Amino acid sequence: MAKVFIYPATSLILSDLVARFGHKPLGAALGIRERIQTAGIDSPPLQITPEEPKRGLKYAAVEVPSGVRGRMAIYGPLIEEAEAAVIVTDADLAFGCMGCARTDELILFSLRQSGIPILELKYPTNEEEGVQFVAAIKKFLESLPNGGEA
Amino acid sequence: MAEYTPGYVGTVTKYVFVESPSMTPGELALRAYEVSEGVLIKETCFGLQVTGEPEAVDRLIAEIRTFDPTHIFVKDRGFPPGDPRRCRANLGGARPGYLGHEREFRILRYITRGLEALERGEEVPEAAPAPGKKPGLDIQRLQELIDEES
Repeated sequence: MAKVFIYPATSLILSDLVARFGHKPLGAALGIRERIQTAGIDSPPLQITPEEPKRGLKYAAVEVPSGVRGRMAIYGPLIEEAEAAVIVTDADLAFGCMGCARTDELILFSLRQSGIPILELKYPTNEEEGVQFVAAIKKFLESLPNGGEA
Repeated sequence: MAEYTPGYVGTVTKYVFVESPSMTPGELALRAYEVSEGVLIKETCFGLQVTGEPEAVDRLIAEIRTFDPTHIFVKDRGFPPGDPRRCRANLGGARPGYLGHEREFRILRYITRGLEALERGEEVPEAAPAPGKKPGLDIQRLQELIDEES
Protein backbone atom coordinates (compact mmCIF):
# COMPACT_ATOMS: atom_id res chain seq x y z
CA MET A 1 0.00 0.00 0.00
CA ALA A 2 1.47 3.34 -1.08
CA LYS A 3 0.62 6.76 0.30
CA VAL A 4 -0.80 8.80 -2.55
CA PHE A 5 -1.29 12.56 -2.33
CA ILE A 6 -4.43 13.71 -4.09
CA TYR A 7 -5.05 17.10 -5.65
CA PRO A 8 -7.60 18.64 -5.14
CA ALA A 9 -6.87 17.54 -1.59
CA THR A 10 -10.58 17.43 -0.79
CA SER A 11 -11.55 15.38 -3.86
CA LEU A 12 -14.16 12.70 -3.25
CA ILE A 13 -13.46 10.92 -6.54
CA LEU A 14 -9.68 10.71 -6.14
CA SER A 15 -9.91 9.76 -2.48
CA ASP A 16 -12.34 6.96 -3.29
CA LEU A 17 -10.45 5.58 -6.29
CA VAL A 18 -7.09 5.58 -4.50
CA ALA A 19 -8.58 3.75 -1.50
CA ARG A 20 -10.62 1.43 -3.75
CA PHE A 21 -7.47 0.30 -5.58
CA GLY A 22 -5.70 -0.53 -2.33
CA HIS A 23 -3.68 2.57 -1.44
CA LYS A 24 -3.87 5.29 1.18
CA PRO A 25 -5.12 8.68 -0.07
CA LEU A 26 -3.44 11.67 1.57
CA GLY A 27 -5.89 14.57 1.56
CA ALA A 28 -6.78 17.65 3.56
CA ALA A 29 -9.04 15.70 5.92
CA LEU A 30 -6.08 13.89 7.51
CA GLY A 31 -4.29 17.13 8.39
CA ILE A 32 -7.47 18.77 9.67
CA ARG A 33 -8.41 15.69 11.73
CA GLU A 34 -5.01 15.71 13.41
CA ARG A 35 -5.55 19.31 14.53
CA ILE A 36 -9.19 18.84 15.53
CA GLN A 37 -8.26 15.90 17.76
CA THR A 38 -5.28 17.54 19.47
CA ALA A 39 -5.83 19.37 22.76
CA GLY A 40 -4.48 22.90 23.06
CA ILE A 41 -5.73 26.44 22.68
CA ASP A 42 -9.18 26.91 21.20
CA SER A 43 -8.70 28.32 17.72
CA PRO A 44 -11.87 27.83 15.69
CA PRO A 45 -12.88 26.90 13.09
CA LEU A 46 -9.99 24.67 11.94
CA GLN A 47 -7.73 24.72 15.02
CA ILE A 48 -5.07 26.51 13.01
CA THR A 49 -3.04 28.20 15.75
CA PRO A 50 -0.35 30.89 15.45
CA GLU A 51 2.16 28.04 15.57
CA GLU A 52 1.17 26.82 12.10
CA PRO A 53 2.70 29.67 10.05
CA LYS A 54 5.95 29.01 11.94
CA ARG A 55 5.82 25.35 10.98
CA GLY A 56 5.02 26.41 7.43
CA LEU A 57 8.43 28.10 7.25
CA LYS A 58 9.82 24.71 6.34
CA TYR A 59 7.88 24.84 3.06
CA ALA A 60 7.69 28.54 2.20
CA ALA A 61 9.99 31.52 2.71
CA VAL A 62 9.42 33.99 5.51
CA GLU A 63 8.21 36.70 3.13
CA VAL A 64 5.42 34.41 1.91
CA PRO A 65 2.12 35.49 3.53
CA SER A 66 1.28 33.71 6.78
CA GLY A 67 -1.95 32.43 5.20
CA VAL A 68 0.05 30.36 2.72
CA ARG A 69 2.51 29.19 5.38
CA GLY A 70 -0.34 28.22 7.69
CA ARG A 71 -1.96 26.14 4.96
CA MET A 72 1.38 24.59 4.06
CA ALA A 73 1.72 23.45 7.68
CA ILE A 74 -1.20 21.14 6.88
CA TYR A 75 -0.21 20.05 3.37
CA GLY A 76 3.60 20.10 3.68
CA PRO A 77 3.93 17.04 5.95
CA LEU A 78 1.48 15.15 3.72
CA ILE A 79 3.54 15.97 0.61
CA GLU A 80 6.69 14.81 2.45
CA GLU A 81 4.94 11.59 3.39
CA ALA A 82 3.59 10.94 -0.12
CA GLU A 83 5.09 8.21 -2.29
CA ALA A 84 3.06 9.20 -5.35
CA ALA A 85 0.49 11.81 -6.39
CA VAL A 86 -2.61 12.03 -8.55
CA ILE A 87 -3.37 15.53 -9.79
CA VAL A 88 -6.50 16.73 -11.56
CA THR A 89 -5.36 19.78 -13.50
CA ASP A 90 -8.73 21.28 -14.43
CA ALA A 91 -10.40 21.09 -11.02
CA ASP A 92 -12.62 24.14 -10.98
CA LEU A 93 -13.78 23.24 -7.47
CA ALA A 94 -10.27 23.88 -6.14
CA PHE A 95 -10.72 27.63 -6.02
CA GLY A 96 -10.67 29.98 -3.12
CA CYS A 97 -9.17 33.17 -1.80
CA MET A 98 -5.68 34.32 -2.77
CA GLY A 99 -4.21 32.30 0.12
CA CYS A 100 -5.80 29.11 -1.19
CA ALA A 101 -4.79 29.87 -4.78
CA ARG A 102 -1.15 30.50 -3.92
CA THR A 103 -1.04 27.47 -1.63
CA ASP A 104 -2.41 25.33 -4.47
CA GLU A 105 0.35 26.59 -6.75
CA LEU A 106 2.95 25.83 -4.09
CA ILE A 107 1.50 22.35 -3.52
CA LEU A 108 1.71 21.52 -7.24
CA PHE A 109 5.23 22.97 -7.45
CA SER A 110 6.36 21.01 -4.38
CA LEU A 111 4.88 17.78 -5.75
CA ARG A 112 6.60 18.22 -9.12
CA GLN A 113 9.90 19.04 -7.43
CA SER A 114 9.72 16.08 -5.08
CA GLY A 115 10.47 13.54 -7.82
CA ILE A 116 7.72 11.11 -6.81
CA PRO A 117 5.63 9.45 -9.57
CA ILE A 118 2.80 11.78 -10.58
CA LEU A 119 -0.29 11.16 -12.67
CA GLU A 120 -1.89 14.28 -14.13
CA LEU A 121 -5.30 14.10 -15.74
CA LYS A 122 -8.56 15.97 -16.23
CA TYR A 123 -12.01 15.31 -14.88
CA PRO A 124 -14.15 13.28 -17.28
CA THR A 125 -16.89 15.09 -19.16
CA ASN A 126 -18.55 12.03 -20.70
CA GLU A 127 -18.75 8.27 -20.23
CA GLU A 128 -15.86 7.49 -22.56
CA GLU A 129 -13.58 9.84 -20.66
CA GLY A 130 -14.86 8.30 -17.42
CA VAL A 131 -13.64 4.88 -18.59
CA GLN A 132 -10.26 6.38 -19.54
CA PHE A 133 -10.05 8.29 -16.23
CA VAL A 134 -10.64 5.23 -14.05
CA ALA A 135 -8.39 3.00 -16.19
CA ALA A 136 -5.55 5.56 -16.08
CA ILE A 137 -5.71 5.81 -12.29
CA LYS A 138 -5.82 2.04 -11.86
CA LYS A 139 -2.87 1.53 -14.22
CA PHE A 140 -0.86 4.24 -12.42
CA LEU A 141 -1.57 2.84 -8.97
CA GLU A 142 -0.66 -0.68 -10.06
CA SER A 143 2.64 0.56 -11.41
CA LEU A 144 3.69 1.92 -8.01
CA PRO A 145 6.42 0.00 -6.18
CA ASN A 146 4.06 -0.89 -3.35
CA GLY A 147 1.56 -2.49 -5.66
CA GLY A 148 -1.96 -2.20 -4.31
CA GLU A 149 -4.54 -4.87 -3.72
CA ALA A 150 -6.95 -4.51 -6.61
CA MET B 1 -7.54 32.23 25.30
CA ALA B 2 -9.81 29.33 26.03
CA GLU B 3 -8.56 25.83 26.45
CA TYR B 4 -9.54 23.36 23.74
CA THR B 5 -10.57 19.85 24.70
CA PRO B 6 -11.20 17.72 21.63
CA GLY B 7 -13.98 15.19 21.33
CA TYR B 8 -13.95 11.88 19.47
CA VAL B 9 -10.17 11.51 19.97
CA GLY B 10 -8.70 8.50 18.20
CA THR B 11 -11.69 8.07 15.93
CA VAL B 12 -12.00 8.53 12.19
CA THR B 13 -14.98 9.92 10.33
CA LYS B 14 -15.74 9.03 6.73
CA TYR B 15 -18.33 10.21 4.25
CA VAL B 16 -20.22 7.62 2.26
CA PHE B 17 -21.85 8.95 -0.91
CA VAL B 18 -24.44 6.95 -2.78
CA GLU B 19 -25.33 7.83 -6.37
CA SER B 20 -27.39 4.83 -7.36
CA PRO B 21 -30.57 4.17 -9.29
CA SER B 22 -31.37 1.28 -6.97
CA MET B 23 -30.49 2.54 -3.49
CA THR B 24 -31.40 5.70 -1.59
CA PRO B 25 -29.41 7.13 1.33
CA GLY B 26 -32.22 5.99 3.63
CA GLU B 27 -31.96 2.39 2.46
CA LEU B 28 -28.19 2.53 2.69
CA ALA B 29 -28.46 3.80 6.28
CA LEU B 30 -30.83 0.97 7.25
CA ARG B 31 -28.53 -1.68 5.81
CA ALA B 32 -25.47 0.00 7.36
CA TYR B 33 -27.13 0.00 10.81
CA GLU B 34 -27.56 -3.76 10.52
CA VAL B 35 -23.79 -4.26 10.26
CA SER B 36 -22.59 -1.21 12.21
CA GLU B 37 -21.41 -3.00 15.38
CA GLY B 38 -20.94 0.13 17.47
CA VAL B 39 -19.89 2.53 14.71
CA LEU B 40 -21.76 5.83 14.87
CA ILE B 41 -23.80 6.35 11.71
CA LYS B 42 -25.44 9.60 10.65
CA GLU B 43 -27.72 9.66 7.64
CA THR B 44 -27.40 12.64 5.31
CA CYS B 45 -29.06 13.73 2.10
CA PHE B 46 -26.25 12.24 0.00
CA GLY B 47 -25.45 9.13 2.05
CA LEU B 48 -23.88 8.66 5.46
CA GLN B 49 -21.22 9.80 7.85
CA VAL B 50 -19.65 7.01 9.86
CA THR B 51 -17.52 7.61 12.94
CA GLY B 52 -15.64 5.14 15.12
CA GLU B 53 -12.40 3.35 15.81
CA PRO B 54 -10.34 3.17 12.60
CA GLU B 55 -10.48 -0.64 12.32
CA ALA B 56 -14.24 -0.74 12.95
CA VAL B 57 -14.85 2.00 10.38
CA ASP B 58 -12.67 0.25 7.78
CA ARG B 59 -14.57 -2.99 8.34
CA LEU B 60 -17.92 -1.22 8.02
CA ILE B 61 -16.82 0.63 4.88
CA ALA B 62 -15.69 -2.62 3.28
CA GLU B 63 -19.12 -4.07 4.09
CA ILE B 64 -21.00 -1.00 2.80
CA ARG B 65 -19.09 -1.02 -0.48
CA THR B 66 -20.40 -4.51 -1.22
CA PHE B 67 -24.01 -3.22 -1.24
CA ASP B 68 -23.49 -1.45 -4.56
CA PRO B 69 -19.77 -1.37 -5.41
CA THR B 70 -19.84 0.93 -8.41
CA HIS B 71 -22.31 3.45 -6.99
CA ILE B 72 -20.94 3.97 -3.47
CA PHE B 73 -18.04 6.35 -2.91
CA VAL B 74 -16.11 7.03 0.29
CA LYS B 75 -13.81 9.76 1.51
CA ASP B 76 -12.23 10.90 4.78
CA ARG B 77 -13.61 13.74 6.85
CA GLY B 78 -11.61 15.83 9.34
CA PHE B 79 -14.48 16.83 11.61
CA PRO B 80 -16.77 14.52 13.58
CA PRO B 81 -20.50 14.63 12.71
CA GLY B 82 -22.50 17.51 14.14
CA ASP B 83 -19.42 19.54 15.04
CA PRO B 84 -20.69 23.08 15.77
CA ARG B 85 -17.80 24.59 13.78
CA ARG B 86 -18.97 22.85 10.61
CA CYS B 87 -22.58 21.70 11.08
CA ARG B 88 -24.98 23.84 9.05
CA ALA B 89 -27.52 23.63 11.87
CA ASN B 90 -25.34 26.19 13.66
CA LEU B 91 -23.98 28.12 10.69
CA GLY B 92 -26.87 28.33 8.25
CA GLY B 93 -26.54 27.77 4.51
CA ALA B 94 -24.59 24.96 2.93
CA ARG B 95 -21.92 23.30 5.04
CA PRO B 96 -18.41 24.40 4.04
CA GLY B 97 -17.17 21.79 1.61
CA TYR B 98 -20.62 20.77 0.46
CA LEU B 99 -20.39 22.71 -2.78
CA GLY B 100 -17.21 20.86 -3.73
CA HIS B 101 -18.98 17.57 -3.13
CA GLU B 102 -21.93 18.74 -5.18
CA ARG B 103 -19.62 19.61 -8.07
CA GLU B 104 -17.98 16.17 -8.03
CA PHE B 105 -21.32 14.44 -7.46
CA ARG B 106 -22.37 15.47 -10.97
CA ILE B 107 -19.55 13.48 -12.58
CA LEU B 108 -19.84 10.41 -10.38
CA ARG B 109 -21.91 8.71 -13.09
CA TYR B 110 -18.91 8.79 -15.44
CA ILE B 111 -16.74 7.24 -12.72
CA THR B 112 -19.40 4.58 -12.18
CA ARG B 113 -19.30 3.86 -15.90
CA GLY B 114 -15.51 3.56 -15.72
CA LEU B 115 -15.69 1.16 -12.78
CA GLU B 116 -18.29 -0.96 -14.53
CA ALA B 117 -16.12 -1.10 -17.65
CA LEU B 118 -13.17 -2.24 -15.53
CA GLU B 119 -15.32 -4.88 -13.88
CA ARG B 120 -16.46 -6.23 -17.24
CA GLY B 121 -12.92 -6.10 -18.62
CA GLU B 122 -13.94 -3.78 -21.46
CA GLU B 123 -11.29 -2.33 -23.68
CA VAL B 124 -10.31 1.22 -22.80
CA PRO B 125 -11.08 3.62 -25.66
CA GLU B 126 -8.12 5.50 -27.06
CA ALA B 127 -7.89 9.06 -25.82
CA ALA B 128 -8.50 11.60 -28.55
CA PRO B 129 -5.25 13.32 -29.50
CA ALA B 130 -4.93 16.70 -27.83
CA PRO B 131 -5.48 19.53 -30.31
CA GLY B 132 -2.05 20.71 -31.41
CA LYS B 133 -0.92 24.16 -30.40
CA LYS B 134 -1.42 26.69 -33.17
CA PRO B 135 1.93 27.96 -34.38
CA GLY B 136 2.51 31.59 -33.53
CA LEU B 137 2.80 34.29 -36.18
CA ASP B 138 6.09 34.00 -37.98
CA ILE B 139 8.34 36.97 -37.29
CA GLN B 140 9.07 37.54 -41.00
CA ARG B 141 5.37 37.45 -41.84
CA LEU B 142 4.77 39.98 -39.06
CA GLN B 143 7.41 42.24 -40.54
CA GLU B 144 5.75 41.93 -43.96
CA LEU B 145 2.37 42.86 -42.46
CA ILE B 146 3.88 45.89 -40.76
CA ASP B 147 5.58 46.92 -44.01
CA GLU B 148 2.33 46.54 -45.96
CA GLU B 149 0.44 48.73 -43.52
CA SER B 150 3.05 51.46 -43.30
